Amino acid sequence: MKATCWMGRNTVQVQEVPDPKILNARDAIVKITSTSICGSDLHLVDGYVPSMIKGDILGHEFMGEVVEVGKGVNNLSIGDRVVVPFPIACGACNACQNQAYSLCENSNPNAWMAEELWGHSTAGIFGYSHLTGGYAGGQAEYARVPFADVGPLKVPDGVTDEQALFLSDVLPTGYMGAEMCNIRPGDVVAVWGAGPVGQFAIVSAFLLGAERVIVIDRFPYRLQMARDKAGAETINYEETDVLDALKEMTGGRGPDACIDAAGLEAHGHGVAFAYDRAKQAAKLETDRPTALRQAIMACRNGGIVSIIGVYGGFVDKFPIGSVMNRSLTIKAGQTHVHRYMRPLLERIQNGEIDPTFIITHTLPLDQAPHGYEIFKHKQDNCEKVVLKA
Amino acid sequence: MATEQSQRGLENGKGQRLARALGWFSHGLGLAQLIAPSDVARLIGVKDDDDNRALLRVVGVREIVAGFGILVRPRPAGWLWARVAGDAMDLTLLGAALTSDNAKRNRVAAATAAVAGITALDVLCATRLRSSRGATVGSAPQDDTRDVEKAITVNRPPEEVYGLWRDFENLPRFMLHLESVQVMGDGRSHWKAKAPAGRTVEWDAEIVDDRPNELITWRSLEGADVRNTGSVRFNPAPGGRGTEVRVKLQYDPPAGKLGASVAKLFGEEPNLQLREDLFRFKQVLETGEVVRSEGSLDGARLRQRPAQPPEDGTER
Ligand SMILES: NC(=O)c1ccc[n+]([C@@H]2O[C@H](COP(=O)([O-])OP(=O)(O)OC[C@H]3O[C@@H](n4cnc5c(N)ncnc54)[C@H](O)[C@@H]3O)[C@@H](O)[C@H]2O)c1
Ligand SMILES: [Zn+2]
Ligand SMILES: [Zn+2]
Repeated sequence: MKATCWMGRNTVQVQEVPDPKILNARDAIVKITSTSICGSDLHLVDGYVPSMIKGDILGHEFMGEVVEVGKGVNNLSIGDRVVVPFPIACGACNACQNQAYSLCENSNPNAWMAEELWGHSTAGIFGYSHLTGGYAGGQAEYARVPFADVGPLKVPDGVTDEQALFLSDVLPTGYMGAEMCNIRPGDVVAVWGAGPVGQFAIVSAFLLGAERVIVIDRFPYRLQMARDKAGAETINYEETDVLDALKEMTGGRGPDACIDAAGLEAHGHGVAFAYDRAKQAAKLETDRPTALRQAIMACRNGGIVSIIGVYGGFVDKFPIGSVMNRSLTIKAGQTHVHRYMRPLLERIQNGEIDPTFIITHTLPLDQAPHGYEIFKHKQDNCEKVVLKA
Repeated sequence: MATEQSQRGLENGKGQRLARALGWFSHGLGLAQLIAPSDVARLIGVKDDDDNRALLRVVGVREIVAGFGILVRPRPAGWLWARVAGDAMDLTLLGAALTSDNAKRNRVAAATAAVAGITALDVLCATRLRSSRGATVGSAPQDDTRDVEKAITVNRPPEEVYGLWRDFENLPRFMLHLESVQVMGDGRSHWKAKAPAGRTVEWDAEIVDDRPNELITWRSLEGADVRNTGSVRFNPAPGGRGTEVRVKLQYDPPAGKLGASVAKLFGEEPNLQLREDLFRFKQVLETGEVVRSEGSLDGARLRQRPAQPPEDGTER
């Protein structure tokens, strides 16, 4: 089959690889119809997540048709149309039973690696380095889906691929980012990053009752999408001092909750940014927390900082004094996707959410490298690339 | 072999002490640079202006991070190399200060020499630790008798967890270095383990203590290739979280060639090996089998293959 492979830093190629096969009794094989490129994939391609190996198949956002099931899968049949959550979860461990699926205790065969870096391991993730399992990803013609009796959600006939695909990751991720904010009537929420995750965080914050949502980015076309399609107010951080603007817009209080939807490759300027870039290049810190630092400094006293942008390792100059002295709460996590797929599918079906607005490019799988290129460099007003296998 | 090992042990002990001292040095220097950058600036002779103060703060934070790594890791070679890299960065910065007008050259030169000295120490120490630890991460000290101890929580009742272990013939399902265990009756069993180069090591073992749903202990019998004892304890985890499983193993690798291969057999990392075995034990109980990914086909191994489906016939 054809698959999108990581061939080294900044090198993505579509290659011919063996077809997947059942390796565990609870596996299913899915013939992929639609898959997409995520900001998390950029962190891998740009070389910020350790433990990638040349030839790794990328992709963790995918859906398609079940073509084979292992003997331990009783809930799926050949021909079912399913969308697959990006964390791999067994459904039986303590974490899964508490619905903390991205913390599944059994699905990362390389747990020891994650323990070295993070103290404890997380769940396995499709196409997302060996640190989180070494699983082949879904930017391919077929994928093996472990614990197929737990993860995949059947997609009803009336729902299109474009409507269902983002249930695999970015829609639940934006939703969890907003849910972690414990939004109460009158709350103002600020979101760093107007990428797909940021857009869905805005939509979800409104659904959960936010009075106003303010988004921060530097790409005018992304800010415009956030204004027109998601209803946010916008700040372009290249034109405006963000901390001043947020204080001004919130009557001096600061936003009640701040969502970091930018992650470890956040951009910035001035000495601090040069410092982070230099240290990251010299491997003295792994992550560049410019957006996160700002989110913390901006948040109102006693507010919540919700981190859904991905961080991999260590950061410097973390404003812990601001967190501690001002009684801030930090919440974070890879999304517990399984928890949100069903209720969000219902909201899509009853018209409360139309997730298709983020799609700017639809390409054949063959053109995945081009998709990565435009998504990474934010060219051609690219917001989200969907690949058709 | 024995002298070589104790020599290495000695070297390594020195390396550890040196590492700890450097850890504290890093901490002290880092904190001073962070809290009192002007004093440090004056001390090393660069102009006490905003830029230099900011720079010193930066350097200070890096010292603290490296110091932290050295202090918390049992074998901090990786962190020491981070220090070496950090030192190189300081040397560059100090070099820049040397060529600038406003610096008091003598003091900068002295500071440069001091940092260069520390760099040399860092390199020495990192090399010492590196040479004694092989290519893997976070290994434990290697004595002659080895004691390994690990715990894991399994979300199943003690009866079930005990039951899977008590039938020793199940063990090779999750202890990948075991080829087979044969139960012979009378509390006796015959164990066969894979050793490098197609060899096997074998021994007979007997159960010493067996308290259903609580504890099993065993020991090897006379004539074993590897003398060993072990125990596994099962305690209910609080709040209905299942069962806490605690395993203790102790073994004596024999001398000579066989000893070397036994050392390999139990892994360069006996702790890691046991941890992995328990991890797979939990997978078998909670999910029904050992979980496999394309990158780790037999469900957890140090050597990874690319995350691509295997070719036909190469599944194992
Ligand atoms: N928690 C999860 O489970 C999860 C799931 C999916 C994605 N993610 C993470 O979410 C993040 C965003 O993903 P995406 O797909 O939207 O990526 P993206 O690259 O499309 O979007 C990131 C946006 O952040 C903006 N940005 C960069 N620096 C900024 C700054 N200093 N201030 C404000 N905005 C800044 C960029 O301009 C860009 O528009 C990534 O880190 C990704 O890894 C997390
Ligand atoms: Zn994603
Ligand atoms: Zn689980």
